[in-house]
Amino acid sequence: MTLWLILSVNSVTLGGLLFLLSAGFSLIFGLMRIPNLTHGSMFMLGAYLGVTCIALGFGFWPSALIAALGVALFGAVIERFVLRRLVGAELAQVLVTLGLSFMVADFCLMQWGGDPISVETPPALRGATRLLGLAFPTYRLAIIVIATLIAAALWLLLDRTRLGAMIRAAVDDPAMARVVGIRVSHLFTIVFALGAGLAGFAGVIGGPILSVYPGLDQDMLPLALVVVILGGTGRLIGSLVGSFVVGFLYNFGQAVFPELAYVILFLPMLVVLVLRPQGLFGRVTL
Amino acid sequence: MRRIAIGLAVLALATLPYWVGNSYYVNVAAQMLIFAVLALGLNVLVGYAGLVTLGHAGLFGIAAYAGATLINAGHSHLVADVGALLVTVAATAVFAVLALRGTGLGFVMITVALGQIVWGIAYRWISLTNGDNGVSITARPSPFGLSLVSADGFYWATLVVFLVAVAAMAIFVASPFGAALRGTRDQPRRMTALGYNVWLTRFLAFLFSGFWSGVAGLLYLYYNQFVSPQTVALSASAEALLMVIAGGTATLLGPIAGAVLVIVMKDIASAYIERWNFVLGAIFVVIVVFMPEGLVPGTARLWRWAVSLLRPQPPPVLRRESSR
Repeated sequence: MTLWLILSVNSVTLGGLLFLLSAGFSLIFGLMRIPNLTHGSMFMLGAYLGVTCIALGFGFWPSALIAALGVALFGAVIERFVLRRLVGAELAQVLVTLGLSFMVADFCLMQWGGDPISVETPPALRGATRLLGLAFPTYRLAIIVIATLIAAALWLLLDRTRLGAMIRAAVDDPAMARVVGIRVSHLFTIVFALGAGLAGFAGVIGGPILSVYPGLDQDMLPLALVVVILGGTGRLIGSLVGSFVVGFLYNFGQAVFPELAYVILFLPMLVVLVLRPQGLFGRVTL
Repeated sequence: MRRIAIGLAVLALATLPYWVGNSYYVNVAAQMLIFAVLALGLNVLVGYAGLVTLGHAGLFGIAAYAGATLINAGHSHLVADVGALLVTVAATAVFAVLALRGTGLGFVMITVALGQIVWGIAYRWISLTNGDNGVSITARPSPFGLSLVSADGFYWATLVVFLVAVAAMAIFVASPFGAALRGTRDQPRRMTALGYNVWLTRFLAFLFSGFWSGVAGLLYLYYNQFVSPQTVALSASAEALLMVIAGGTATLLGPIAGAVLVIVMKDIASAYIERWNFVLGAIFVVIVVFMPEGLVPGTARLWRWAVSLLRPQPPPVLRRESSR
């Protein structure tokens, strides 16, 4: 019983991290119509930048913010100076993001070496919290709280602000959004930077759980792909539900069929593809 | 004239071990031929069907893993080869049914996910695939009693398979089926209106492509006598795609030139620097941004542009999205 409960908490934690990763991925796909294959690299780059900032003595949370900003800036530069050159050629954009992901991965290997780096849990959140007579790791609970807060903030941003209304308009009908005076190409840069920043942030706060190692990008990218294929693109609720489904499948799969956990992860994606290709909450077919 | 050129090319390839001499370079040439077969198979999808896949290393690897597993289970090479190709074609059918649910970039995403499933099995399903350590086989086959142990012997065997692959591609491209496939790439709705089954055409093209990827995978297995998860990683799929794109898609010789180019660069890069993946990524970006039509025509175009000093034009579209 306790085991299942702990597994559930771990699943929700992973789901929260995946949400931070895939919300940006999904928004970018919804707006720009490209699967951003650098997204896993943004996660890893953020994690490594966080490690460096922590080593420089910035403390955990400031480091997470600095890393997020750094990765967001990197994302903005990629969008503005590389992807912008290829407007209208979506396939070329995807291939460029793939090429960039290899460059980032190799750069990280060059800069931070091949050994896994563990990230210390921030001191205030070490140990366990007792809830309902059971002990839960405090840090995992904190991740759940942070993910919830960011999900709420993103929802407010998209649903209640002028910027959010413009993004939603551009997702639904880019040509009409341009006609009414929305500068869609600016939105591209903003959303790409936002998605990259969220992924980078997730990389740092995921550090104490996942640690940081070469190949982290290729571990995370398929998870984001699965979440988005499952949940549908361009909508937060899709990423949210998809993230938790994947989080639960991964943790429970690992407990029950350790060798097949990674494969089990993809099964619901295949079912959704066959039965409902636009994803559970998606509006457009992939 | 054309026949003479082809004859000279075949003659040059067949006598290559004699004028190269060094067995290291003969091995490099064999690798080029193996990956040329893979690139030719991939080009059926990427070039002629307009369906860009990033999961092809998965099919390549399935053939290699299946072949190794069958051989290690005590089957003969012939049984292992046939079995591995059957397994690969069956896996290709599953890939095709799932991936063809998506169109355009959805197709790309699904193939990435499928490729990662294969990688996950290769890496994590240790009782089946021996995980990170990979699977080894002890011997190369000896078809019709010919030994393939030496570099030269293996090269000639690979050359025969390569020539059969090129011939198959030439026949395929010229056939009504090849024409129908190009039709589904350019005008899927018109093809439907004309009574063609677009889905079935693409499905069969996928199977054809998967079959040749499987053949290349088996050659790869026999060349290295070893296969590991690295073979089916996303970067392997990207490398294969780079071969097709670099050489020029939807041409018969493009993928071969691309395979030669990538293997040469990999060979040179790994001799001087450790950072092959960085170079691979950089080449990818440069080719896609500056010469999306392929290296040879792209270089010619950039040269003309530099000479004529015209105003730079916006980069051309790589390819229209295939299906709507």
